[in-house]
Amino acid sequence: MADLAGDKAFLQFTNVKKTYDHKSLVVKDFNLDVAKGEFITLLGPSGSGKTTCLMMLAGFEDVTSGEILINGRSVTSIAPYARNIGMVFQQYALFPHMTLRENLAYPLKIRKRPKDEIRAKVDEYLSLVELLDFGNRYPGQLSGGQRQRVALARALIFAPDIVLMDEPLGALDKKLREQMQFEIKRLHEQLGFTVIYVTHDQTEALTMSDRIAVFNNGIVQQCAPPHVLYERPANLFVADFIGESNKLKGVIESVGEDSVQVRLEDGGLVSTLKANCTEVGQPTTVSIRPEKLSFNDRLGGAGNQVMARFVTRHYVGEYIRYHFETADGTELVVKNMNDSSAPQLSAKEEVALAWLPQDSQALDRPVA
Amino acid sequence: MSSLTTLEAGQAANARNKKRLTAFLFVVPLLVFILITFVAPIASMLWRSVHHPIVAELIPQTLSELQRWDGKSTPDRQTLQTFAVELHKLNAERLSGKLAEEFNRAYTGMSSVVKASARRVGRLSESQLQAEGAETLLKAHKNWEKPQLWFAIQRAGQVYTYDYYLTALDLEIHPEQGIQVREDTQIYVQLYTKTLNMALVITLLCALLGYPLAYYLSGLPENRANLLMVLVLLPFWTSLLVRTTAWIALLQTNGVINSFLLGIGVIGQPYEMLYTSFATVVAMTHILLPFMILPLYSVMRGIDPSYLRAAMSLGAKPLPAFARIYFPMTLPGLSAGALLVFIISVGYYITPALVGGTDGQMISNIIAFHMQRSNNWELAAALGSLLLGLILLLYWVYDRFVGASNIKLG
Ligand SMILES: Nc1ncnc2c1ncn2[C@@H]1O[C@H](COP(=O)(O)OP(=O)(O)OP(=O)(O)O)[C@@H](O)[C@H]1O
Ligand SMILES: [Mg+2]
Repeated sequence: MADLAGDKAFLQFTNVKKTYDHKSLVVKDFNLDVAKGEFITLLGPSGSGKTTCLMMLAGFEDVTSGEILINGRSVTSIAPYARNIGMVFQQYALFPHMTLRENLAYPLKIRKRPKDEIRAKVDEYLSLVELLDFGNRYPGQLSGGQRQRVALARALIFAPDIVLMDEPLGALDKKLREQMQFEIKRLHEQLGFTVIYVTHDQTEALTMSDRIAVFNNGIVQQCAPPHVLYERPANLFVADFIGESNKLKGVIESVGEDSVQVRLEDGGLVSTLKANCTEVGQPTTVSIRPEKLSFNDRLGGAGNQVMARFVTRHYVGEYIRYHFETADGTELVVKNMNDSSAPQLSAKEEVALAWLPQDSQALDRPVA
Repeated sequence: MSSLTTLEAGQAANARNKKRLTAFLFVVPLLVFILITFVAPIASMLWRSVHHPIVAELIPQTLSELQRWDGKSTPDRQTLQTFAVELHKLNAERLSGKLAEEFNRAYTGMSSVVKASARRVGRLSESQLQAEGAETLLKAHKNWEKPQLWFAIQRAGQVYTYDYYLTALDLEIHPEQGIQVREDTQIYVQLYTKTLNMALVITLLCALLGYPLAYYLSGLPENRANLLMVLVLLPFWTSLLVRTTAWIALLQTNGVINSFLLGIGVIGQPYEMLYTSFATVVAMTHILLPFMILPLYSVMRGIDPSYLRAAMSLGAKPLPAFARIYFPMTLPGLSAGALLVFIISVGYYITPALVGGTDGQMISNIIAFHMQRSNNWELAAALGSLLLGLILLLYWVYDRFVGASNIKLG
């Protein structure tokens, strides 16, 4: 993860720990280096400590141990209001008793900017989020998406170095969400601020981020660019959390340089990429993305194979999902494009499914 | 969307009406209760303050004779004669005492005059009465010559009157000058002002004491806040009388506070604290504090901490952020609390009666006085109606400047 950040990271979390009740650690050992201008997303299930990390960075929660550095300087020595961090709150937190213009002008007024500069800036940012005609309304008179855009504009108008966004699009419908994702990306590219973004939505994380840090149980499971995360998940949790995956249980049979041989439970031997299971005899899970798994005849007999019985199929539109079951009851899913290659199968029909070794990984197997 | 057919529209309207009827039936008991316990007494109070038929019933003929009177000199013999006959009759029916009370209210010092005159006129035989009724009356007391007295009687004889309102506003009506400020005793306007002042001070004190506490409570975890809230509400659970008497024990000349201050040598001699407006203000602030804290607390609880955080992330220091962001958001609770405390304290009775002495009396105490001691229900009603009007006026002003829709009670 240091490749993007370089030696001198702009923002650093080192061994950050946090407890609220002095019993259990909510954030266990958080390390992250962020380069200036980078778009980092924190992704993880509910309660995994994402908001807590943002709050510590913004200065609304103290750090139990470890350090957060901005430009090499520890944040504990900087008061929250002096950190120059813009924040978009999940519930907008627009001041209800102020109009949009007053909301936007607030950070500039605090900074004692001249009146005409404030007016010009407010106009600029209102038009940036396409709300110029709404300036004199109160937040209560806006739709959710409009409020969201105001919150965004307010967090950016004072040119903060870092912008924190805590599930900023959580309350929006799909269409508005996509529109706002685009908007945020555009502003990020245009203005060049550093973003720490929190979301539950993996698609959102994949499309927007330079890098994604996947959280679970207060620990970063993997921090990597989206394609790495998706194609080379570091462990089973990440493989499961990001996208879908088929999981075949087995035991490591032999270990090569980049690949391992796995003896599946049904007796078949398959070859896959090496990941976090590297010892002979170790139980493992072979993880294959549904779109990489296909019908045997399409690969022309190359790659790994597994036999499965057809259960049902779901018509999704651009693709079709086929559900299969292996002899030991493991469920397998195949995503096939909705074109002439999509086969017609009869119930309980036995077919061979295949995939290429470089499209699968031998990941950990949680102890049952 | 296609429009409804007539039939569908009719069915929808029917369903709506049925719903409305059910809803109405649900509130009928409450409506009846409120009519009986609230609307009716207030209506009767308003009615009483302007409707006063007693004198007109006691001396109807005298009053009709008085209509000819020029209002400047002593009424003519015929009028006096008629009055003497009616007084004779009232004396026989043992109603002269009632007349004496009514006249006394209209013209100070008339109680004994009416009683003495009634006795003298009563001693006359029927023929004597016809011959020298008026003369006997004039001989009985010189007041009967005074045009001012007859003017007062004439006004007291009106069935519908606004005179009680004049009295309640320290005004009087004069035969020549018309309405003017009463010279002898001016108590009510002063008392209204004092009541409002005290209510204002109490409201301010409640706000100053309640705001920080509510703020503190709103920041605590729910269960601890609830526990402390019980302590705030504890005063509600002890009798008002007990609490007020506790203040007497604390404040009296050789009470707890004075003894303590004397003991540690801060003061040389005890302060007179009990039976002053100071005592009233302190005791009432204590009693009304929960009315301020409760709405404030519930509004503050509802304010997401992210607002203050947002302000800070935008660069505001804690104090300015509080003043510009948090405080305005608590205004609905503050105004609700202030309005509650103010209105309750304007009409408060028991605490000033017990700890206020003469200095700490409020308008309610004088209303009670007129109902219980001087038996002047009409004046009490007029004072009460004025109080009601005053509160409505204040509410209107409040609504104009703050906006009643801003109030939030929970
Ligand atoms: N102020 C607090 N006091 C005590 N515990 C807290 C507090 N805030 C959060 N926690 C606990 O810390 C853990 C992590 O919370 P956090 O809000 O950081 O999760 P999150 O990853 O943001 O979850 P979500 O995706 O649901 O927002 C949770 O178990 C939560 O109960
Ligand atoms: Mg969160």
